[in-house]
Formats: sequence, structure tokens, C-alpha cells
Amino acid sequence: MELKFILEALLFSAQKPLTSKELRDLLTAAAGTAEEAKPFKKAKEDDLEAALEQLRGDHESAARSYRLACVAGAWQFVTQPEYAPWVIALVGTKARPPRLSQPALETLAIIAYRQPITRAEIEQVRGVTIDGVMATLQERGLIEQVGRAEYAGRPMTYGTTPLFLEYFGLRSLEGLPAADELRRIPITRPEALLTADPGLATPPPDQLTLAEVEQENPPTSPAPPPAENTAGT
Amino acid sequence: MAEYKIKFEVFEGPLDLLLHLVKKEEVDIYEVDLTRLATQFVEYIEVMRLLDLDVAGEFLVMASTLMYIKSRELLPKDLQAAPGEEEEGEDPRWELIRQLVAYKKFKDAAALLQAREIEQESIYPRLPPRPDLPTATAHKAEASLFDLINAVNAVLKRVGQREGVREIFEDKWTVSEKIEYLIKLTAEQATVKFSDLFATATSRSEVVCIFLALLELIRLKQLVCTQPEDFGEIEITKTPAPPVTVDHGT
Repeated sequence: MELKFILEALLFSAQKPLTSKELRDLLTAAAGTAEEAKPFKKAKEDDLEAALEQLRGDHESAARSYRLACVAGAWQFVTQPEYAPWVIALVGTKARPPRLSQPALETLAIIAYRQPITRAEIEQVRGVTIDGVMATLQERGLIEQVGRAEYAGRPMTYGTTPLFLEYFGLRSLEGLPAADELRRIPITRPEALLTADPGLATPPPDQLTLAEVEQENPPTSPAPPPAENTAGT
Repeated sequence: MAEYKIKFEVFEGPLDLLLHLVKKEEVDIYEVDLTRLATQFVEYIEVMRLLDLDVAGEFLVMASTLMYIKSRELLPKDLQAAPGEEEEGEDPRWELIRQLVAYKKFKDAAALLQAREIEQESIYPRLPPRPDLPTATAHKAEASLFDLINAVNAVLKRVGQREGVREIFEDKWTVSEKIEYLIKLTAEQATVKFSDLFATATSRSEVVCIFLALLELIRLKQLVCTQPEDFGEIEITKTPAPPVTVDHGT
């Protein structure tokens, strides 16, 4: 009996994704009740990982309509995406939250590759403020506060959650595409801006923006064009 | 001015807009003419203003950075600050390009994430329901002959220990006698534990007689041996009354 086929049988019948630790516990439990399961009682987690990896390769090279996937460290059989139209006819559309917006994806990508990272550092990369986006990502449980940076002000640092891996079907953070390169890009820590609002990567401009001017001058009073008004100063 | 406002959210920020302008130039980021880019950037902001769009502060900061870079380039060559001479140290042009390159890489990474996000919508996990096994009866599995032999061996071991000195005498027990004993026992109690069968047995030959009687009754389908749980004690019950068979004739 081969270890990988035992694991295949378990994953085939499992009601949820199983981690290699859970699988090892099952091997131990089986060894307690069945004589033929005894040789696998002492299987190490490394052996299991190797066997699972081999099994995954077997299924991949067989090019079946389903494959063995490892998401956030847990293994399960999943269908290949191109068969979705037929699977949907059977089980219905997958319940998933709405797709993430472009700013949310950009922010999430920076956090995923560079965690732990402060809000100001993310804003430095994106060149915009990100308050709304950060709130959305936290609400969706994709990112969380992981600690505080060890420099003046001790700002919060953020990282991704296990749900992030699940949502994108990633095995681990090492499984992120092009991880090496993106982890090397230098991100400058923004200098402390004493006069700036906290959380703003760049100091607010001295000029008023159009929106601010309009707020002060309600549209009823025909104010002179604000652009020209401030340009002279 | 008419109060028509359109949401203009094509660009996520000044870097996004700059990246778009670089793309339009169709040159490598490192070779881009920032002076020309500065002009285009400011033009774009002017368009936004004409359309009465809300120009975010970040765009204005970027515009001023670009104008600063442009102004430096306009100086005669001999008046331009040599790199490293200035107190700020880094050339603002390279600083901006470096930022642009970093932003582009993360933007590309975001696109990869988005592709995965969309792909995940089409990937379905295998979620088998828990197999609907008739668990109650499955657990009361009939004890096999080997289970019985194992059990009787255990009893024999115990009896054997009791038996020290041995005399040879006529067998007092017969199988048929024990059959009657078992029938009586199972009639009185619904279930009898295997070990209780031998509770009164004093010698190996008595144990063997009882065991043979038990096997005979099982063969005759009078008794059933079940094991309620794995490795639990074997229990003996009377065979449930067979469905009523109507005997025609004779």
C-alpha cells in the first residue's frame, strides 16, 4: 500500500480540505483500529507533504477535469475552471462576495508582497491616500493589523489573513506569483510629516482644491473661478 | 456653469495617470522624456478642471514635482546642479522614475491577483456528503468465527490458570446438556454476555462443551452473536423470530 493512495482515498472522501497535520492524525487513528494501517502510524508530516506533492503531480500529468489543490495549507480535490459551465448547471453559481475594485487589488497586492507594512508606506507606493480601501479590505477579512512598526510614532502594520489565501486559491504567501522580485523593490519609509494629517503620504497642498473651495462657497453665490483666484497668490 | 458632474475615476492616482502617459509614449519608462510628460500631465489636470472635476491634492503635488523637474532641465547645462551636489541628494527625476517603476510592478501583481480572483469563481471543490451508512446496524456487526475463537481462548486461559493439579475423571458435561442450558439462559435474558456464559465453568472441558454448544446453536440459527462496538464484548441473543411462514399442505 502506498502512502499517496491512502491520502488520495482520504481526500476523496473528505467533507472539507484537510491539512497534512489532520491527515497524519487520521493515519494514527486508523493504525489504532486496523492492523494493515499500522505501518503508516509513524509517517512524518514531511513524508505526507512529499506524498501529497507527488499525488498532485500525478493528477496534473493525467490532465483530468479535476486536480488536487492546496489552498492555505489544506488539500482538496477541485474541478478545473474550464468545466465551470457544466458544474454550475449542477450545483449553481458559487456564492462569492463581489469582485474587488482596482484600488483594492493594488493595495492588497502591496500588502501581500510586503507585509508587515504601514499604511504610509502603501500610500508611498500608490501615491494616493487609501483610507477607504483599507477599511474595505479589513471588513472583507482579507487583511488585518499585525503589529506596530519599530520607529517613531509606532504606526500600525498590516498583513494578509488566511482568508486572503483562500479567496485567491493560494497555497501560501510563497505561492504568490513573482514573489522574489516584488519583495526586493525598495519602499522608502515616508519622512515624518509633523504638519501633515496622519495617514497622508504627501503633505496636503497649500492650495485649496476645487472641492474645498466649492464647499466654502455654495453654488448659489456665483463665485469667481477658483482656479484663477488662487493662481495669483 | 451647468451642474453636470461626472464621476471621473479612470486613474487611481497621479502615478496611475503618469503610467498611462508613459504607455502612450510607447517608450521604456527609463527613457521617457519627463519634460514632455510634465506638459501632458498639466494639460490633463486642466481638462479635469474644465470638466469641473474634483482634482485630488495628490495630482497637484505630482504636477508641482513635474514642474520642478522641468524647470531644472530648462536651466543652461552649466548651471544645472551636478548629481550629488544638491542638498536633497537624489535627482528628483530618478526618484520619480523609481517610484513609477515600483508602482507599475505592484500594479502588474494586482492584475495577476485579479486573474486568480476571477479564476476562483470557476473552481469548484469536491464536497461529498457524509456517506449515509446505516450506522446503527453496522456497529452491531455479527461476530465472526475468529472473534468467537479469540474470545473462547481468553476464557480458556483463565480457566487453565485455575487448574493446577489435574485428576482424570469422566467428563461430566455433554454438548447437548449445554445446548439446553444456553437455550434456557437466552430465554431468560434478552442478551447474554459472552463471558457470562462461562462464569460458572470450572474446567477446560466444560468451557469447550459450552463453546461447542454455542457454535451448534449458531449453526442452527437459534442464536446470534453480535459485537456492539469494535473490540467490545461479544453478546449472544436469540435469533429474532423469523417472518411468519404459512405452511401449506401436509
